[in-house]
Amino acid sequence: MKKLLTTAILAGASALSAQQASAAEGTFAIVSWGGAYEMSQQRAYVEPWVKQNPGLNVIFENKAQTALAGLRAQVQANNVVWDLVDMLPSEAIIACDEGLVEPIDADVILAAAPDGTPASKDFIAGSLGECFIPQIVYSTIVAFNSEMFPADKQPSSMADVFDLENFPGKRSLQRKPINNLEWALIADGVPADKVYDVLSTPEGVDQAFAKLGTIKDQVIWWEEGAQPPQLLADKEVAFGSAYNGRIFNAQVNEKQPFQIIWDGQVFELDGWVVPKGKLDVAKDFLHFATDTQRLADQAKYISYGPARTSSAALVSTHADTGIDMKPHMPTYEPNFQNAIAKDDLFWADHLDELTERFNAWLAN
Amino acid sequence: MTSIAAPLTTADGQPLKVSLRRAQRRSRLRAVALVLPLFLFLVISFLMPIAEMLLRSVENPEIVELMPRTTEAIQDWDGQGLPPEAVFQAAREDLVAGRLARNIGTVGSRLNYEFSGGRSLITRSSRQAARWEAPFKDAMIAADRRWGDPEVWQIIQREAEPYTLSYYLAALDMAYTPDGEIVKKPAQQSIYVDLFWRTIWMSMLITALTLVLGYPVAYLLATLPLRYSNLLMILVLLPFWTSLLVRTTTWIAILQTQGVLNDMLVWVGLIGNQSRAQMIYNQTGTIVAMTHILLPFMILPLYSVMKTISPAYMRAARSLGAPPFIAYLRIYLPQTAPGIGAGGILVFILSIGYYITPALVGGESGRFITNFVAYHMQVSLNWGLAAAIGTILLGAVLILYWLYNRLIGIDSLKFG
Repeated sequence: MKKLLTTAILAGASALSAQQASAAEGTFAIVSWGGAYEMSQQRAYVEPWVKQNPGLNVIFENKAQTALAGLRAQVQANNVVWDLVDMLPSEAIIACDEGLVEPIDADVILAAAPDGTPASKDFIAGSLGECFIPQIVYSTIVAFNSEMFPADKQPSSMADVFDLENFPGKRSLQRKPINNLEWALIADGVPADKVYDVLSTPEGVDQAFAKLGTIKDQVIWWEEGAQPPQLLADKEVAFGSAYNGRIFNAQVNEKQPFQIIWDGQVFELDGWVVPKGKLDVAKDFLHFATDTQRLADQAKYISYGPARTSSAALVSTHADTGIDMKPHMPTYEPNFQNAIAKDDLFWADHLDELTERFNAWLAN
Repeated sequence: MTSIAAPLTTADGQPLKVSLRRAQRRSRLRAVALVLPLFLFLVISFLMPIAEMLLRSVENPEIVELMPRTTEAIQDWDGQGLPPEAVFQAAREDLVAGRLARNIGTVGSRLNYEFSGGRSLITRSSRQAARWEAPFKDAMIAADRRWGDPEVWQIIQREAEPYTLSYYLAALDMAYTPDGEIVKKPAQQSIYVDLFWRTIWMSMLITALTLVLGYPVAYLLATLPLRYSNLLMILVLLPFWTSLLVRTTTWIAILQTQGVLNDMLVWVGLIGNQSRAQMIYNQTGTIVAMTHILLPFMILPLYSVMKTISPAYMRAARSLGAPPFIAYLRIYLPQTAPGIGAGGILVFILSIGYYITPALVGGESGRFITNFVAYHMQVSLNWGLAAAIGTILLGAVLILYWLYNRLIGIDSLKFG
């Protein structure tokens, strides 16, 4: 009886102190991508977490686009203000190599799967990085506004995106070489699994730029993820490259007549890194937000595939409209036919050079 | 007569000279104390960042600090063939140490500016370096054959110096060859020189446009009766007080292909619905939006100068027989020159440093060099290159300022 009482008091005290600690810290700053994606994190991770930790103030900063620069500046100035950062694996590798983010021992910090499989075995093979914990698999695709083409002549392949004769209209592409060069080669008939081999040769780069040049004067370049759905909705463009979740959001929540061309989709992971010195502050939330149920929950709000194998079975229907989420996932079998796995190592090495060439190509 | 020889004293017996000096010192101290906050503010917020920027554009600490053993060992290498085993061994030790200290990635990023693949060569090798066994030359070449390329070592030797010119070369579309010669980059990778010129000529055009549009407005402001000129002044100031982003996005709403202006032109029938004009996301967009945004900076100095010109001069010229245009040209215009100079310099210097408006409405052809400074600060993280571009821009402005001083004279500037 005495033992039980002591345990109860200790538990109560530790719960109290945990609560005080989080209340004392006041705010928890998460850097993410804004828009529909941030909303899905808000609803799947943050709202239930705040329910468990009343008084905690979680703020989102829409700065993931420039998070690596922000981390560098904060670590150099010895004043790290972000607690958790959402990042692409290619940038996470750089941040990790430069010591800007904390290494994560997955099996110690992250939750095991419900059946007891340790985290390191539960995440998709090869997806956990030294400092990187993936949340989702997303893909960059080209979508079109189906009202801008006759019903019997709708585009369906990447080659159609580069075909101005049969499918006229402006295109909106992201203002960087990544994805665009891959797509140019796909449209030129290079198979998805050969794209990076071809792009590693100078002739391959020339070929990609030449193909991209055929549509250059019809392209409006975007820089913010929210731009292409807007341009498509305004009918300023006929095609737009975008993250598949944003197009899903426009299709389902805003009833826009958009269609996704899954041919040549470039898929990759997205996930968390913990800024230097923030492991103690962030680890409880990290443990919670990356468990099996939370990752599966996120797929109720946005069409990105969970990065845990144990979450896949729990993916069900959209939270607001009740439609089946599976056919909207990048990894759904029919969508996955000619998919490109983004090669982070290729881009880590060639991004500086190809961006320079891309900018010069744009300016001339 | 003796009373003159004795020193003058104040009422409390102090010599007058001492007392005067003390009083003067006090007022000098007060003057310094009043100026000091501003002076310190300028030093901290203006001069120090500029010095820091100048330094950053030539600083090259990555290899020297993070690969110290290699830096030392490679100094004696003559650059022929492959370096000796000692250099490989030093590089291996640096890679192991850098891996442990988790900072070797910085070296990789630095080398990647010089040759594509530098990043993976360094980071991948650093993961394996602890397992390599002597002789390290063979071990390293076996692990990654790029270590067997003399050019890689020549680049490392060149960049193993605490200061470098390579950021300035990159900012001027030039580069080193592996054996240290400076050459122009191929046209498909040249971008910055054209952008410098474009920034300068577009800024001059914008300055000229603000002058043409602003001069009559300033004249009206200065000569209309007070109740009209007050209203006009509010019309000039109202946009001036509106947020820059609001004014820029308003131009997007007006000028875009589905925008207000195109809609009106189509409705009037001047252009067909299929041939709507592209007036934004190009140079036109930048010029229109920036001219509008910078207009008050031209009007206000012009107005304050015109306000001081007495109407009697023009009346005198007219009464002496000058036709209106000649009187204006020879009497009025020369007196407004200080205002033109002040407004012109103000608008030109502001526009040469603008980057938000060109980024939003400039598309590709309307981008300024400043957009690339922002790009290298925020996205590519090549701060050395950003600093070099910024320094060149600063130099260009100083040269133009010097030219202006030589041709027109800076003393003639008048802001009011």
